[in-house]
Parts: sequence; structure tokens; C-alpha cells
Amino acid sequence: MSEERKEEGKALTDEEVEAAPPADAEREAKLKAAAEARAARAAAKEKADAEAAEAEPPKPKPPSPKQPELDAIIALLKREVADEAVEDAYVNELNGDMPTVIVNNTHWRAAAELLKRHKQLQFDYLRNVSGVDYETHMEVVYHMVSLSSKREAAVKVKTEREDSSVYSATPVWATANWNEREIYDLLGIDFPGHPDLRRIMMPDDWVGHPLRKDYEPLDSEV
Amino acid sequence: MIRTEELLLNVGPQHPSTHGVFRIVVKLDGEVITEATPVMGYLHRGTEKIAENLNFTQIIPYTDRMDYVSAMTNNYVLVHAVETMMGLEVPLRAEFLRLIVMELQRVASHLVWWGTYLLDIGAMSPFLYAFRDREIIIDLFNELCGARLTYNYMRVGGVKWDAPPGWMDKVRDFIPYMENKLQEYDNLVSGNEIFLARIKGIGQYDAATAIDYGLSGANLRCTGVDWDLRKAEPYSLYNQFEFDVPLGKKGDCYDRYRIRMEEIRQSLRILKQALQQFPEGGETMGKVPRVIRPPAGEVYVRIESPRGEIGCHIVSKGKAEPYRLKFRRPSFVNLQILPKLLVGETMTNLITILGGIDIVVGEVDC
Repeated sequence: MSEERKEEGKALTDEEVEAAPPADAEREAKLKAAAEARAARAAAKEKADAEAAEAEPPKPKPPSPKQPELDAIIALLKREVADEAVEDAYVNELNGDMPTVIVNNTHWRAAAELLKRHKQLQFDYLRNVSGVDYETHMEVVYHMVSLSSKREAAVKVKTEREDSSVYSATPVWATANWNEREIYDLLGIDFPGHPDLRRIMMPDDWVGHPLRKDYEPLDSEV
Repeated sequence: MIRTEELLLNVGPQHPSTHGVFRIVVKLDGEVITEATPVMGYLHRGTEKIAENLNFTQIIPYTDRMDYVSAMTNNYVLVHAVETMMGLEVPLRAEFLRLIVMELQRVASHLVWWGTYLLDIGAMSPFLYAFRDREIIIDLFNELCGARLTYNYMRVGGVKWDAPPGWMDKVRDFIPYMENKLQEYDNLVSGNEIFLARIKGIGQYDAATAIDYGLSGANLRCTGVDWDLRKAEPYSLYNQFEFDVPLGKKGDCYDRYRIRMEEIRQSLRILKQALQQFPEGGETMGKVPRVIRPPAGEVYVRIESPRGEIGCHIVSKGKAEPYRLKFRRPSFVNLQILPKLLVGETMTNLITILGGIDIVVGEVDC
């Protein structure tokens, strides 16, 4: 009912806009002036950009101080796990240059084992596990830190949106247990190898996974 | 012939010792627990889902309601995450105000824990003393921002209100008062034979287990792991102050008790220095764009709340609302070790161990 009214209202205003008499000269002049100003601004910006590009060729940014840490992680993963284990890797500048590695889903279990136990890395403390629904795919992000060297890393594992599944990290870090249960509950990602994958926040008979972007609540009014 | 059989006992969700609506189902063999299954979600409000439709300033009040015993640190972790993403400068005066309220909050939070923990164990009067002294801090916050529990005090780029005239003096007066009272608390409780018998050697675990379970705060430091984010990964102005990180040895409830008591003293020590260095004038809000739109990308920041590492993971697509917001809640993560600790313990120790972990259910469920 309310939706109908909304649509009606919208249609009305649209009509009004169209039916409105050709605006008086003043309004037209204003519109024209605004359009001109926009064009002028765009031109100025283009010119400035072009000048900037001419004046100084984009110089390569100095590599981040965390780059060697990232390189070490990549090299180890490639050597000890598999060449294709690392899908992508970058230094997250927004986050204080956090080394970020995207690990291939099929190699994730071996990679997790390596990240925790290898002498050079020793990411013994898993501080956070988040699941993210990117609409094109799902992602599980593991934020880990080594308590001895204070080095940090973020590891991401991508999976398809339908039948999404990521190997459980619970056998490696016990703390992943409830975190993964929460992700399963709210995002519907399966974690094979998890000892006790049940819903944790929502009731056991709940339908759907609320944090998914396409989730439709049963009663949208609530 | 005596016949024994397993008894399934349900504790909570409405039970005063579960500190909120938390439920645990225990299997008992006589009085000994053979299996414990925590059940949570009774206070799940979907904060993370709600946040996806709100802009960042609108999310701040929702963080108040996660760990309602320590709302100031929750405020801070969110605004800190957004500031990190946008590279915003916070004026010195605002940062000092934030630090002062966060340390006051730590004292208030530990006082609630101290009072309720002793109440759990069976001592009534410490609860009244703790709430009497916490009330002073609550009144200070009330004067500062008009709320007693859900402060909504911090903003991206600064704080909402400057300290009213005379407020700093009241904080200054509170410090020696609280130091005196702490001595009183220690005289009253910390050496009490009955109390010690109830908590010494109970709920013990070692450093490796604590790290594996991702415990943080006093739950981690009671095993001797020196990991306080204020020292290990300094944020705000913490590297300007002198304070110690109290550590335990045995990893039992007694060590956790001692650490929290000592942390109150250390917080008072930080407060003293902060009041001395507090800048005379200055802004309380930095230069912030009218619409707060963090650049596309993601960030994970973490700070030391009274309960441990509270983290905030923001995924932004360059809009005014977060694409995904995830809170790493220390109560939730710390609680994971509970079923492991309870096996083989008696029913009375369930309350002692659960209280020793120090959870706030609003934060467990989020």
C-alpha cells in the first residue's frame, strides 16, 4: 500500500517537472551559467592534470619499508607450499603498510600451517577473522601477528559466492573456531575441517545468512 | 546400590552470574562437569548489518551498546579506524581528552568487574563499594557528555564536547581518592583466606594455550605474555607516558584478579601524567570533511580495551557508509576457552572461572 503511494507520488512529481512551463528566462540563464561553469572547471582540471603530467613524470614511489616482509612471505609460500599458492600480494598503504597476501583456496590449509609454524614467520597469534561478501565473490580475511617479532600480516582467501567454502583454520589456530562459526552463520561460508560448525548468533532454525548482500529479511518492516 | 547418572543442567540465559543473557549447558557427573556448551546470541542485534546502512557518525552510538561497561574504548576504535583510513589529524587537546576518558573508563570497567566478581563468589559488600566509587567516574562522564553509560562522545577527527570548567580538577581530585580506596579494597579482600581458596589455582592455563585461543587482556597477561597493545603497538598518546604492564605467572583466576587490580593503579598513574601534560588551549575537533567518506580499501585497527584487544575491520568502497564493518570483540574471543577450562571442574568453579574471564554479553553477541 505504502509502496503504491510512493510510486504515485514519484510519478506525480515527474509529471510536474515535465509539465512545468518552460522555465522563465532567469532560471534558464542560471542553468546555462551553471553548465558553463561546470565545463570551465572540467577544462581547467584537465589542463592542470595535463600540465602536471608534463611537468613531472610520475616518479616511482619509494618502496614501503614493509615490502621486504611481504616479499619474504611470498617467497616462503611459493617455495614451501606451491607456486600458485599466492594469487596476489600487496602492501596495504591505508593500513600502515600492512603486508597483504591473497592465498589460493586449495593451498590455504598448507599455507596456514606454514604461516604459523615457520621459523621466519611465526604468526602465532590470529587476532581477527572476518568474512566479506563482495557480491562477485566471498572473501575470508585473517589478520595475524607474531608476538615475538610484532610483525603483522593480512591473509585473504577468496571463494565463489554460491557453495562458498574455505578450509577451516581451526586446527591451526584454535581461536578461529568461533570466528568461523560466526562467518558461517552470518555469511554462509562453509569451513570444511571445522570441528563444530553450527550457527552461533542466529537461532538454529533461521533461514538465510543475514550479512549477505542479497539477504532479504522475512519481514522487512522489522 | 547407589546408581549415578549424568545430569544435564542449564545455566542461564537469565542468571545473575552470567552477567547478562548468556547461557551454558553443562553435563554433570555428580558435581563434576564433564562437558560444557556455551549458547549465545540472545543479545545479538546485528550491529554489523545495521552499520552497513549508516554513515560513520551514526554508527558511533551503536558501538556504545556493544561493550556497555566500557563504551569509551568502543567509540575510540571506530573513530580511530576511520581516521587511519582518511589520514586525519586529531588535535592534541582532543587526543588528550580521549586518552583521559579511556583510562577513566578502564578504572570504571575494572571496578564493575571487581564488584560483580566478588558478588559471584559470595561477598556482598565489595559490590556496593565498587559501585559507589564507579559512580564518581560515571558522574564525571555525565558532566562531560550528558550520558552515564552510552556516551557517544568521540567523533571522527576529535571529540564532541570540551571539558566543562572545573572538570579537570574533579578528575585530579579523584586520583588520590581512588588510590586510597584501592588500598582499602586490598585490605578488605585481596588477602582474604576464603577468597584466595576460591580463586588460587582455579581455571589455569599456560601461555601457549592462551595464544592459541587468541586470548587478550588480563586473560593473556596472566600467563606471563607481555602483550598490552598500549605498549606493544602504541596508539593515541600512550608512548608519552610511563606505566607498567602487570603480568602473572600461573595463569589462574588469582593472577587475573591481581592484574586487573594493578591495572587500575597503572591507569591512575597514566591519568596523573596526562593531567599534567594536558594542553591549555586548542581545538577539540580537527579539520574533517563535511561528509566522511573514507577512500576505497580496507583497514584493521585494534586497541586495548579493559577486556583485551578490540579491533575494527572496515571495508570501504569510497562511500559514506561502510561496505562491511566487523568488530573483533575481546569478550567473544576470550569466551572460547571456557568449555575447555570447565571440564573436570566442579559446579561452583563454573561461576568463578566465568567471572574471571570478564565478559560483557553485549560484546559477545554484538
